[in-house]
Amino acid sequence: MTTLLEMRGISKVFPGVRALDHVNLQVEAGEIHAICGENGAGKSTLMKVLSGIYPHGSYEGEILYDGATLMNRSISDSEAKGIIIIHQELALVPLLSIAENLFLGNEVAKNGVINWPQTFQKTETLLAKVGLAEAPTTKVEKLGVGKQQLIEIAKALAKDVRLLILDEPTAALQENDSQKLLDLLLELKAQGITSILISHKLNEINRVADRITIIRDGASVSTLTRAEITEDRIIRDMVGRDMAHRYPDRTPDIGETLLEVSGWNVWHPEQKGRQMIRDAGFTVAKGEIVGIAGLMGAGRTELAMSLFGHSYGTNISGSVKVGGKPVDTSTVAKAVSAGLSYVTEDRKALGLVLDEPIVRNITLANLMGVSKRGVLDKRRETQVAEGYRSAMAIRTPGVFQKVVNLSGGNQQKVVLSKWLFTDPQVLILDEPTRGIDVGAKFEIYSIMNDLAAQGRGVVMISSEMPELLGMCDRIYVMNEGRIVGELSRAEASQERIMALILKDSGKAA
Amino acid sequence: MMAEKKGIGAHLGGHLRENGMMMALVAIVAFFTIIVKVVLDVDFLSAQNITNLFLQNSYVIIMALGMLLVIVAGHIDLSVGSVVGFTGAVAAVLTVNLDWPVIAVVPTCLLVGFVIGAAQGYWIAYWRIPSFIVTLAGMLVFRGLTLWLLNGQNIGPFPKTFQSLSTGFIPDLFAVGKPNVTAIVVVALAAAVVIWLGWRARNRDAEFGIEPEPMVIFAIRNAVVAAALMFVGYKLASFRGLPNVVVILSILTVLYAFFTENTTTGRRIYALGGNEKAAKLSGIKTDRLVFLTFCNMGVLAALAGMIVAARLNSSTPKAGGGFELDVIAAVFIGGASMSGGVGKIIGVVVGALIMGVMNNGMSILGIGIDYQQVIKGLVLLAAVIFDVYNKNK
Repeated sequence: MTTLLEMRGISKVFPGVRALDHVNLQVEAGEIHAICGENGAGKSTLMKVLSGIYPHGSYEGEILYDGATLMNRSISDSEAKGIIIIHQELALVPLLSIAENLFLGNEVAKNGVINWPQTFQKTETLLAKVGLAEAPTTKVEKLGVGKQQLIEIAKALAKDVRLLILDEPTAALQENDSQKLLDLLLELKAQGITSILISHKLNEINRVADRITIIRDGASVSTLTRAEITEDRIIRDMVGRDMAHRYPDRTPDIGETLLEVSGWNVWHPEQKGRQMIRDAGFTVAKGEIVGIAGLMGAGRTELAMSLFGHSYGTNISGSVKVGGKPVDTSTVAKAVSAGLSYVTEDRKALGLVLDEPIVRNITLANLMGVSKRGVLDKRRETQVAEGYRSAMAIRTPGVFQKVVNLSGGNQQKVVLSKWLFTDPQVLILDEPTRGIDVGAKFEIYSIMNDLAAQGRGVVMISSEMPELLGMCDRIYVMNEGRIVGELSRAEASQERIMALILKDSGKAA
Repeated sequence: MMAEKKGIGAHLGGHLRENGMMMALVAIVAFFTIIVKVVLDVDFLSAQNITNLFLQNSYVIIMALGMLLVIVAGHIDLSVGSVVGFTGAVAAVLTVNLDWPVIAVVPTCLLVGFVIGAAQGYWIAYWRIPSFIVTLAGMLVFRGLTLWLLNGQNIGPFPKTFQSLSTGFIPDLFAVGKPNVTAIVVVALAAAVVIWLGWRARNRDAEFGIEPEPMVIFAIRNAVVAAALMFVGYKLASFRGLPNVVVILSILTVLYAFFTENTTTGRRIYALGGNEKAAKLSGIKTDRLVFLTFCNMGVLAALAGMIVAARLNSSTPKAGGGFELDVIAAVFIGGASMSGGVGKIIGVVVGALIMGVMNNGMSILGIGIDYQQVIKGLVLLAAVIFDVYNKNK
């Protein structure tokens, strides 16, 4: 095997932060090389150095590609050499067709006039390569995230990719789409395309990676070969300590029922006659952690958001009781005063005001708690924020830092602090550990356990079944807008959850 | 966890925007003072010209206060110039044609402004029609209505009481005559309060573990501000005293600064502009807030409309034409962000003063309106480029 890429002693300094500190990375031609590390470890920065987003000269160290020193001034330089990066946030234009997106900036054209027949023909070939059967004229917005991801890869293939970099490609994908993507990576490997895969998901790395480089705190810690890859080793190198237990210990102390939802029905906000939630009902007791499992599109987020201030859907009906008394949750303010909180799946878009400091985000949902007759008491506000900073171990130089500068785990702690400050009885957490590294996940789990221990009820929506099984006292299984089963901790297993879903889907078909 | 002490230079770099605007204003004033002296041998900072500066620009500052809220909420209001014309016309018709007493006209006009703001805000907030379009329509509609109401002619003159809105002065309570002692006392008190508030904020920062600005800068900045205030106050006092408009302006500025920084509603407007969805999911009634910012804008535009009419002593169909652009420019020069969520009252006032001083200085120098427009446009562009450059650095 020959070495395709070698990055030697790469250092990159931002004002006040050393993001990369002499990182070494060596990638062989034709392998799938995984890069693993906690959020903020420097993975993305390293890839930005490689792809020319940080041009040659703005970092220290040397990059050898194909035996020659790489001196990229921009992304187009690196793309011309076949280095193509696919970012976590997809760079597709939703209103343009697949064909237009594939050749965007790279059009099949003569003197600026596009040759459409040839474009469509090439598009079909590329789509076939990534296993899609869509028409080239289909608008990208009509495709799901999984297919969009494949379009991104097709786009890379259109540019004669030699080194494909994928930044957490499966973070937003559900299980079967992830599998397809990984299969495609293996197929591309067979065709001689080298890939770098940045991922948090250890099972994926196990499945496709030939070697893995682990980065911690801006430095490369180790590179492991396939034979050496074990989950424990990866976790140990990532967090710098052994993690005997992935889930913190907890002795449940479950009291009387806190939240009772019954006969909950919700219709789609735009498409008339499409029912999103059908006759759903569930309960949460004091000190209990209840999980909601289901595939993507099962209606879990829709259920939670419609409950929380009717933030999703129309024609909502059903009853909600908190502590045995019926409550009105038709606006967010009413839901909050009834004792509900909802931590959204999408922290950045729905949970935080990114350009505002931590302190302002923490008090946003309960400004009444830090004001008198509409006038803010900033001293008290800062004390409240400082209190949560130490209680939640939010790692930041101060509460006046903008949240946009925090890592995913710390951002999630800010969102949790915001809701805790409203003193909720029941917290609904939607994918609370998505995009968070292993170490921070453990902290979030511990916080959840603390909440339950304080006598609050916790509802956890998650796509990661091991997490539900590790954390929850009871698990409801949702499918196609209905709750199709309920399993106790003792009964629950991945197989039984999947069986409930599949059996239900079979019935409907 | 205290951040390590930074030097004076680093601090200035970090607060380039806030201090930079102040310095730019000082530099522009100094520039015109020298040039006007050299070219025309006239005192740019004469008592009369300073008074004029405030009278000419009061309406821009007043509307910029409301426009900041609109822009922070992530919207824009293009109709304010036409609303100025329309409310001026309403005031003229009521006072001149219908002989209403001024005491009834003022609240009626403010109410008209409120209703106009509400009518536009309704579509923007509850129907989610882009504010650019709704207020562009409003701009045309109210310009047309102004023409209709005035029948295409000027209406005037106004009675003395109405004129005093703009051209009146606070009488000297100490009855000394010249200089006007009331003006000096009021300004001295204001300067003292500014320094005291600054000192308090500085101590509070230290208590919260935010690195306070270096003592030298704090001292220099406050000395400059206080000196400028006292200088302006003295000049005003030696002419005719404090103009009523300056009093209205100062009270509104303080109120809005307090509102934006220290009230829950103010805070919510910033959150709404920063991330509307997150604000909504935090229980904030975002629709109603947007609606109210437009109502507020309408009221301030009506106030400005009356001040403009009182100053011209007649209501003309063209009054207020193009004001919206001056106001919006002042807000952006003052550091607000087009995408919402960012901007401070003090910045906006300084931004408006920069525009005002330039208008005034260039007019005195006899620079043609053609060049004036070009220069103002370039200043706006430069200020925003400066912002973006700083942000990316």
